[in-house]
Amino acid sequence: MMSNMHCCRIATPLLLGAVLLGGLLLGGCSPIQPWVKPYEREHLADPIMSFDRNPISSGYLDHVFEVREGARGATGGVGGGCGCN
Amino acid sequence: MRLHLRARWLAAAAFGLGAVGHADVLPDDRTDLLFHRYDGGGVTVEGPSVLVRKKFGDSFSASYQYYEDLISSASIDVLSQASAYKEKRTQNNFNLDYLHGSTLYSVGYINSNEPDYKANTGFFNISQSMFGDLTTVSFGFTRGFDKVGEVDKGIFQKYVGDAQHRNWQVSVSQVLTRNLLLGLNFETDESDGYLQSPYRGVRFVDPFSARGYSFGPAVAPSTRTGSAASAQLKYYLPWHAALEGNYRLYDDTWGVLANTVKFGYTQPLFTDWTFEATARYYWQSHATFYSDLYPYQDSQNFTSRDRELAQFHSLTLGLGTSWEFHPGWPHWVNKGTLNFNYNRLHIDYQDFHDNLIPSLIPGDEPLYAYDASVMQFFISFWY
Repeated sequence: MMSNMHCCRIATPLLLGAVLLGGLLLGGCSPIQPWVKPYEREHLADPIMSFDRNPISSGYLDHVFEVREGARGATGGVGGGCGCN
Repeated sequence: MRLHLRARWLAAAAFGLGAVGHADVLPDDRTDLLFHRYDGGGVTVEGPSVLVRKKFGDSFSASYQYYEDLISSASIDVLSQASAYKEKRTQNNFNLDYLHGSTLYSVGYINSNEPDYKANTGFFNISQSMFGDLTTVSFGFTRGFDKVGEVDKGIFQKYVGDAQHRNWQVSVSQVLTRNLLLGLNFETDESDGYLQSPYRGVRFVDPFSARGYSFGPAVAPSTRTGSAASAQLKYYLPWHAALEGNYRLYDDTWGVLANTVKFGYTQPLFTDWTFEATARYYWQSHATFYSDLYPYQDSQNFTSRDRELAQFHSLTLGLGTSWEFHPGWPHWVNKGTLNFNYNRLHIDYQDFHDNLIPSLIPGDEPLYAYDASVMQFFISFWY
């Protein structure tokens, strides 16, 4: 029962994700114009706008949390680590 | 010794490329040298790490990371059921990126080694930029093989089991406006095999024991499937600063449901300095078979007293500073940064009791809580 419920919980976001990605990919067939022009991306290109400016640092911190928490993943960052009982 | 037995293969995600990276350019050439230290709950973990990344031609980029943990542990688990110990873990990551048009392909291999735990992980990731580079979509797959053993007084005793992991990731990064970025991540992982720590037992009521309870072996299920979904927003503020918000939901077949909320603020100052402040709140429910104290031995098919499977919440506050410099030598170094990050972590368990404090009635001990300091000092060079 638990497994079926979990499958549903997984399947729903997966389906939504597939629809979203499918829409995005199919959208590539029509001439979508970028609504933020390349010359308007000065702020986005600033290093402070990076989601992960220092991977070695964010990776370490994600690892610290992962070995102490039951949850993991979808951080866009690292894990991988030791135990330390 | 291990707290968690299913984390290693995830190193691929960040080591390869960030979930919200760009697929039309190769990552920067850079080298980072880091020293880290964790101190809290009777555990000290410290060590160095180095990450080197270099492009080859216009299409290839390779990276290598070495990471080391020197662990000294006298945690509540160790003091309850064993004796304090020291050990070392090393990890080596290899990664290769290939850029073709607006598509970035990444493959990698990770090896983690400690006296009682060996892990080998391979991963593959593909990212595609589209819609004038406003959108980047990434898919990743990771496969891990672990061998779990037991060590006593620093001497390897025996292997107790194997574990396998499969992990799938999907990410989308989207430019929403000229000041706003969105990142969406979804990840599912499946593990099977030996998914518990051989050192941790469960506590059960024992009227024949002087303290009223005893410890016995734990039995965890041999399969676990978990899914995590997250959304993150980053906004550029008019006074040259950035604000970030992040939410993650996690759910797995062991009954753990977790929420994570994180906020960050980044402020450059005085030309060469950047300051950062973060706050992270985490809450999780306990696994369905978890208990701090079972009514008697073998009272359930599956049993565990792992704190990581208990119900708890934690708050982490962090501060970071970075100083950028431009060395005149060697000439091929464009710039460098000196960085220091400090995080203070507080965990409050809601159904894990501190059994080291004597109590007349088993299970009536105060709830366990602890604080930890997490420090990082690192120097980075771009070339």
